[in-house]
Amino acid sequence: MTTRSTVRRRGTAATAVACALLVVAGCSGTTKDSEEDNTKPEKKTEATANPDAPIKEGLKVAFLPKQINNPYETIVDKAGMAAAKEYGGDAKEVGPSDASASSQVSYINTLIQQKQDAILIAANDPNAVCGPLQQAMDQGIAVVAYDSDTAKDCRQVFINQASSEEIGRSLVRNLGKQLNYKGKFAILSATQNATNQNTWIDFMKKELEDPKYKGMELVKVAYGDDDDQKSFQQTQGLLQAYPDLKGIISPTTVGIAAAARYVSDSSYKGKVVINGLGTPNQMRKYVKDGTVEQFSLWDPNDLGYLSSYTAAALASGQITGAEGETYKAGKLGEFTVGKDGEVILGPPTIFDKSNIDKYDF
Amino acid sequence: MTTTLQTPAPPGASERSSRSLVDTVFRAREISIAGALVLLVLGTWLTNHRFLSEQGTKDLMLNASILVLLAVGQSVVVITRNIDLSVGSVVGLSAFACGTFVSDTDRNAVLVLLLGMGIGAVCGLVNGFLVSFGRVPALVVTLGTLYIIQGIDHWWAHGEQINASEVPEGVLDLGSGSVIGLPYLSLIAAAVLVAVAYYLRSYRSGRELYAIGSNPDAARLAGVPIRRRVLTAYVLCGTIAGFAGALWLARFGTVVADNAHGWELTVVSAVVVGGVAIVGGVGTVWGAALGAMLLTTIGSALVVLKVDPFWEDAITGALLLAAITADRIVNVRMTRALRKRSARHGHGA
Repeated sequence: MTTRSTVRRRGTAATAVACALLVVAGCSGTTKDSEEDNTKPEKKTEATANPDAPIKEGLKVAFLPKQINNPYETIVDKAGMAAAKEYGGDAKEVGPSDASASSQVSYINTLIQQKQDAILIAANDPNAVCGPLQQAMDQGIAVVAYDSDTAKDCRQVFINQASSEEIGRSLVRNLGKQLNYKGKFAILSATQNATNQNTWIDFMKKELEDPKYKGMELVKVAYGDDDDQKSFQQTQGLLQAYPDLKGIISPTTVGIAAAARYVSDSSYKGKVVINGLGTPNQMRKYVKDGTVEQFSLWDPNDLGYLSSYTAAALASGQITGAEGETYKAGKLGEFTVGKDGEVILGPPTIFDKSNIDKYDF
Repeated sequence: MTTTLQTPAPPGASERSSRSLVDTVFRAREISIAGALVLLVLGTWLTNHRFLSEQGTKDLMLNASILVLLAVGQSVVVITRNIDLSVGSVVGLSAFACGTFVSDTDRNAVLVLLLGMGIGAVCGLVNGFLVSFGRVPALVVTLGTLYIIQGIDHWWAHGEQINASEVPEGVLDLGSGSVIGLPYLSLIAAAVLVAVAYYLRSYRSGRELYAIGSNPDAARLAGVPIRRRVLTAYVLCGTIAGFAGALWLARFGTVVADNAHGWELTVVSAVVVGGVAIVGGVGTVWGAALGAMLLTTIGSALVVLKVDPFWEDAITGALLLAAITADRIVNVRMTRALRKRSARHGHGA
């Protein structure tokens, strides 16, 4: 009995020692890490930007979109790769086939191993991609977020297509002009919890507070879930539920195409104004047959072009992502890095009968 | 239903009476769904008269058409105690293929429909072959083909999009035009519905599909060519889904890679709500079509009634549970009734 208990006690002691050792090891690991953490920001500030540095030859640039099958992101990435050709870089597009939060992580790790010079990412989740992106920056890879931002510390620059505030406010401003600031209107959005949609809708509501819109009333925000059939049904329902509805704003490309397609061959054609965010190819038919007078969007080609040049500027040391730095983005001219490393492409373009044929995307 | 086949062949008189009992019970099921549909439409109309305006009626018919088609195809498979989960992907692939085929051309709408049906038939053939000859559970096979077909579609589309301006007017008219207030789409759906219903009811091979679903072993002993019949059911379902894909292009004009994504579950819901038992052997395509109309009409009615869209999914779920409960109750009662009846006849003889 005694022996056995001693053995057990000894065993316990051994375990305790092992645990203690582990803890120590753990601690030392942490210290090392935190030391590294401390040095990181210094490194960043130490690196100085040289605005006159030429763009390096043969930069390896990788685009990582939300998912490879999204028509919009395909346009952006193609333009970005074309821009890379312009400055003599070597660009490619890789990415997951689904837009889930963690699907991009393994792609980032692979890109790091391939020693790319720059990674451009449209993040599916602002935080899920953070770890690997920070690792990439530690190894001197330039990280640019475009279209959809990551958390602020996980990239050097974010290329914002247009400020959310400008998108929201300008949509209401355009519809207001079309309706002479009178009448009821509704919003046809995507899903109820889409972050960008809700931010834009909030700014639309803020714009409506201006007294010049006192004759206009937002009666309902409907959700078509970016599904054709559902967006059709929502549009039909809105027009039936609010017989005096004068306008619909749809800040999503699926929604505006569905609303336009429905109105174009219904008895409501010409009686209700459709406005929102859409692509010229998608909306061409409805602009030409008079269903839709105008809609807006930033030019995704410009977005890709600017993102690509920004990545090159970072990788060549022209900028570091600090506020106030300026650089030149090819044919688009000069851009300035704003607060939190944001670069804004510009105000959304308005497309109508007069200019729609100049665009093909 | 299983009982009907398991009871030793009763004399002519009792066979007719048990058959008519079965008919009555299931006609009652269809009548109750139709009743619910009428109540829903009338109730919504009373709150908002625009719901049944000329435009409103046309919208209701158009909204239901594609789902009705898919539900008809799906019920043929479900009746044989199988399932086809790949229909959503087949619609997506067919819609995109048809879109690419007509893009910036002046091709005829009939050609487009034929192409859609061809693609659907090939997909159906693969499903049917794997299920009937490979002897793999249909749920797994069609889940697999769901992803494979979707994968092919994504790989092919690679972010491209077909826009309404590239689709010829003739095709678009098919999706939105009408004769004397009846949209083409709905007429097409009705024609397919009638044809399939007639086949299932009056053709020997159609009746055999029910026999397979009720009791596969008994059907085999009775000499029914099970594999061939199941294969036919899948090809029919696939062809209808491919056809629906071509109509999807005609209706919506804009087509991307993941059209009809997730529709397979809506279709199965419509079929089950319509009284086609998921265990096979029971139900009619009329019921499935009514189920499809009920589901889409609820979606439209809720927006008109200004109800939070969240409730649409919740109501669909509640309807499904109600339908399955009703199936169960009817099943138990009918088994009892049939047993009594055959016992009575047994004494009589």
